[in-house]
Amino acid sequence: CFFLLFSPIVPRDRHAVWASRKFTSPTDIISTVEFNHTGELLATGDKGGRVVIFQREQESKNQVHRRGEYNVYSTFQSHEPEFDYLKSLEIEEKINKIRWLPQQNAAYFLLSTNDKTVKLWKVSERDKRPEGYNLKDEEGRLRDPATITTLRVPVLRPMDLMVEATPRRVFANAHTYHINSISVNSDYETYMSADDLRINLWNFEITNQSFNIVDIKPANMEELTEVITAAEFHPHHCNTFVYSSSKGTIRLCDMRASALCDRHTKFFEEPEDPSNRSFFSEIISSISDVKFSHSGRCIMTRDYLTVKVWDLNMENRPVETYQVHDYLRSKLCSLYENDCIFDKFECVWNGSDSVIMTGSYNNFFRMFDRNTKRDVTLEASRENSKPRAILKPRKVCVGGKRRKDEISVDSLDFSKKILHTAWHPSENIIAVAATNNLYIFQDKVN
Amino acid sequence: MNPCPYFFLLGKGHGGSFRLLSPSVFWSSDLQLRKRGPGGGPHLLCRYSVPGLRLPPSSGLSPAYQGAGRGQGAGRGQGAQRAAVTRRRRKNMAGAAGPATGSGAAGGDGDDSLYPIAVLIDELRNEDVQLRLNSIKKLSTIALALGVERTRTELLPFLTDTIYDEDEVLLALAEQLGNFTGLVGGPDFAHCLLPPLESLATVEETVVRDKAVESLRQISQEHTPVALEAHFVPLVKRLASGDWFTSRTSACGLFSVCYPRASIAVKGEIRQYFRSLCSDDTPMVRRAAASKLGEFAKVLELDSVKSEIVPLFTNLASDEQDSVRLLAVEACVSIAQLLSQDDIEALVMPTLRQAAEDKSWRVRYMVADKFSELQKAVGPKITLNDLIPAFQNLLKDCEAEVRAAAAHKVKELCENLPMEGRETMIMNQILPYIKCPEVRLNIISNLDCVNEVIGIRQLSQSLLPAIVELAEDAKWRVRLAIIEYMPLLAGQLGVEFFDEKLNSLCMAWLVDHVYAIREAATNNLMKLVQKFGTEWAQNTIVPKVLVMANDPNYLHRMTTLFCINALSEACGQEITTKQMLPIVLKMAGDQVANVRFNVAKSLQKIGPILDTNALQEEVKPVLQKLGQDEDMDVKYFAQEAISAVAQRLRKLDFPVKDSEEPSAPGADKNHFLRPRGPGEDTGKAQRDRVARVASKEAAETAQFRGPGTAKGPAYQLHVNTRDTLPQLDTAEIVLFLPKHRLISRI
Repeated sequence: CFFLLFSPIVPRDRHAVWASRKFTSPTDIISTVEFNHTGELLATGDKGGRVVIFQREQESKNQVHRRGEYNVYSTFQSHEPEFDYLKSLEIEEKINKIRWLPQQNAAYFLLSTNDKTVKLWKVSERDKRPEGYNLKDEEGRLRDPATITTLRVPVLRPMDLMVEATPRRVFANAHTYHINSISVNSDYETYMSADDLRINLWNFEITNQSFNIVDIKPANMEELTEVITAAEFHPHHCNTFVYSSSKGTIRLCDMRASALCDRHTKFFEEPEDPSNRSFFSEIISSISDVKFSHSGRCIMTRDYLTVKVWDLNMENRPVETYQVHDYLRSKLCSLYENDCIFDKFECVWNGSDSVIMTGSYNNFFRMFDRNTKRDVTLEASRENSKPRAILKPRKVCVGGKRRKDEISVDSLDFSKKILHTAWHPSENIIAVAATNNLYIFQDKVN
Repeated sequence: MNPCPYFFLLGKGHGGSFRLLSPSVFWSSDLQLRKRGPGGGPHLLCRYSVPGLRLPPSSGLSPAYQGAGRGQGAGRGQGAQRAAVTRRRRKNMAGAAGPATGSGAAGGDGDDSLYPIAVLIDELRNEDVQLRLNSIKKLSTIALALGVERTRTELLPFLTDTIYDEDEVLLALAEQLGNFTGLVGGPDFAHCLLPPLESLATVEETVVRDKAVESLRQISQEHTPVALEAHFVPLVKRLASGDWFTSRTSACGLFSVCYPRASIAVKGEIRQYFRSLCSDDTPMVRRAAASKLGEFAKVLELDSVKSEIVPLFTNLASDEQDSVRLLAVEACVSIAQLLSQDDIEALVMPTLRQAAEDKSWRVRYMVADKFSELQKAVGPKITLNDLIPAFQNLLKDCEAEVRAAAAHKVKELCENLPMEGRETMIMNQILPYIKCPEVRLNIISNLDCVNEVIGIRQLSQSLLPAIVELAEDAKWRVRLAIIEYMPLLAGQLGVEFFDEKLNSLCMAWLVDHVYAIREAATNNLMKLVQKFGTEWAQNTIVPKVLVMANDPNYLHRMTTLFCINALSEACGQEITTKQMLPIVLKMAGDQVANVRFNVAKSLQKIGPILDTNALQEEVKPVLQKLGQDEDMDVKYFAQEAISAVAQRLRKLDFPVKDSEEPSAPGADKNHFLRPRGPGEDTGKAQRDRVARVASKEAAETAQFRGPGTAKGPAYQLHVNTRDTLPQLDTAEIVLFLPKHRLISRI
């Protein structure tokens, strides 16, 4: 099973990634991780509104073992803290989501969003610089206009590669509630942004208009029983999208049927098991993330304790259910008290949809092989992340006597949580955000 | 109003938030190099004054510039001489004579006329976007000064790599290059312009790309057939097989300009490239290809259209993405225009039928939107057999957007039907399908046009139920729209029919619970009286209006006053004095202050119509009594009315005792603490009274309030139509499509 062989990739200028974050401040906490469509770039967003983009080094023949390192490519401040004077609300700069656009020319484009505003960024390279002025010499001294006898046209000369990030569009003022998801449509022309109660559709070219396609706000807010927790477009069908709710249900909508998608086409819900019913049932059934598989045939949802895979053609129950940390079921009460029960874990597919990865506590993250039904718990920590060492599977001991190498449920550190992970679209390279550290692992070949 | 502002329709070439910094006509074509006259306009070139260069005052550069660029002007006196030099060069360029004057200009005799050009060149790289933009817009001047050879070998290579700039600059550059052929040495060298335009055709900004394509199309016409195949066609191929989809989308627009002039072999290749773009992996490219399909079909040989374009069209029309399918509908029009009736039936109609019943409402919307074009393209026979049934379905589509789009086309559809049997067709095949309110509203708004096609009598009979239904619609915006069509309807229908069917509606609106409706109803009455005359008013309208003066609801009593204000002029002196005035005067004793001060306002309004006797004998005493009212506002308006009346009486030489004439409003600070105009907020006193009245009158108005007006009379009292109008304008969008939610940033 290959995922037992993950080894960390240590960036060459690790200084930039790890060391600078040694003295951590809350703004350093990574809030989203996303590979682009080729996997060449990896973007992270943090609580301080910064976006850091890593680029994979080209493989070189003489350094076989150093293949595929990711080094910092560009860093920019995407969002700034703001204050809504009308509502007396602070708007955090925290990046909630980053989504890459399909590549359209030599530049890269990504969408980043905080609670209220989505921005479209262009990240481009420049390796030439114009030289030669008419009115001043090479040192910048002004020339006497009388001495100008010939005109000089600037000439472009090669220079050190410069990466620029420029904001291309700002899509603001369309969300009353906090944006939790953005998703790019496969028509390459539109994207949607979802907040707690509404989903809006935008055109990339138009910033002053968006269309509200879903609105679940009841006329009377006291009747509010559920909120939208995540939303995503189908990877190939431009008319289809899904959104999940805090009640553990998923709705699939077809934009062909109507301009407004308040009425869903499909409704995925698993009947509740009465024997498991408890005070926390509703909280832990809330879906924190929904993802279409790359094939577009399945959707995966993450709730507090499990990951479920649904077939698009079967609405009444999931085809697969994986327990992420079932041992926490007995600890829900204390997790409720320290608010951990409201943590929003994300989940990802691997490139071929055969493996699922999601995070847990104590810097653990879990992988499930859908074919062999094997699963593994790995830990992202600096101590056991020596370059080219293979990650050791970890085990949590559930009651009884604790064996060597096992960790007891009571000694799990709930402040170290892995909420955000990403999987390279075609290779077995994963990125794991553990609070303020980013770990990149790769499966070991040979 | 675009009934469906869905942006997929705007996508193509729509600027979005993109904004030009100044009009693009700035200086591109009619470059004028004139002598700077004494006291001539401000220097428009930035930072340095440039003698000899002056722009027409209407050049539209922002004022910020004008202040910026004075001083430093070297040698003004020589301006005339230099201008002459430049003008001569200009002449050469205009003739596109070839590389004649180029070296002379650049090699120069050290004259400082190079200075302004040097500034322009340096500012191509200035940090300030505006300055760069300014320089780019004067690119022709730079090229002129450099001469054709240096333009080709130095300027263009530099520009080719300047695609990192702001959109505004790139757009200006793309536009400039389209008119550059003369500046690079004429048609023989037109191909030199291809590299910079090629790189502009790959940028991400649609507007810039589109402009680059436009310029490329322009330049292609200047290529000789040989140069076209040697330079232009390879460029199209390069773009069409580019790695990134932006270049492939740009390629789509270039096929139709190079195809007609290419040789047979190359034509085959071009078709091949177009075919592959139609089945590109990227929907953006397929969309671009679909939107250019019609244009490309027009330049193809008929055989190729049938054998190649039609299959492509069929494929695109059944694309898995509806955003592609909807563009195929447009292509349908141009393809149908090229084919014979039989071919249309065999090759186009199956696809079109399918599109009209597409699963996606956006595709059906496009069919509805393009309906009259389609109708013209396919001819009357197919229209009758195929399109009319399809149209019936679109009119009863399950999606409101589609229905509304179809309804907009009813007029054109009817006009384009053959004269023979037109009326029966409309009556039997179209009108019965017009069911939903918003569709009928659209019909009514086009009533006068439809009326030209078929008789009003017939039309009104089928529309009347709709009008009645809409007149009572729950949404007041719909009611308002209907009211606005009433005078038009009345004019078409005639008095008799109107009295019989619509009069009661007009009266019912007067007691509507929304102020805007009551106000519109009042204006409506005035227009009706203008149409039907005073006698009609006296018999039908006035009695009903006056009865409302005794209504328990003060809002309705006020409506009587508003009606009187509106009607008095149209009704003339006799009716006003005999019938209206007594009622107004009686209302001066109303218990609600709002009514009382409106009485004062009404009296002021109708004063000019009344004869002087009535003014002196009846109006004045009442106003004077109101002038002593306990309420501030009543007092205020009464005083205003008194002074107006007094003025009129004095004009008519009526004796007015000085003591009776009050001081002008606002003059006496003791009485008028807050001078107010009638439209202004009358301050706290009024608000207090509003609250007071609101509670007092709440009970009696409750019966008129719909569920939506929770705010009650207080709200309506506050409504000043002038204040609410901007708000109403934004609501306009949702009028026809109440379901549609549009979020507009304000």
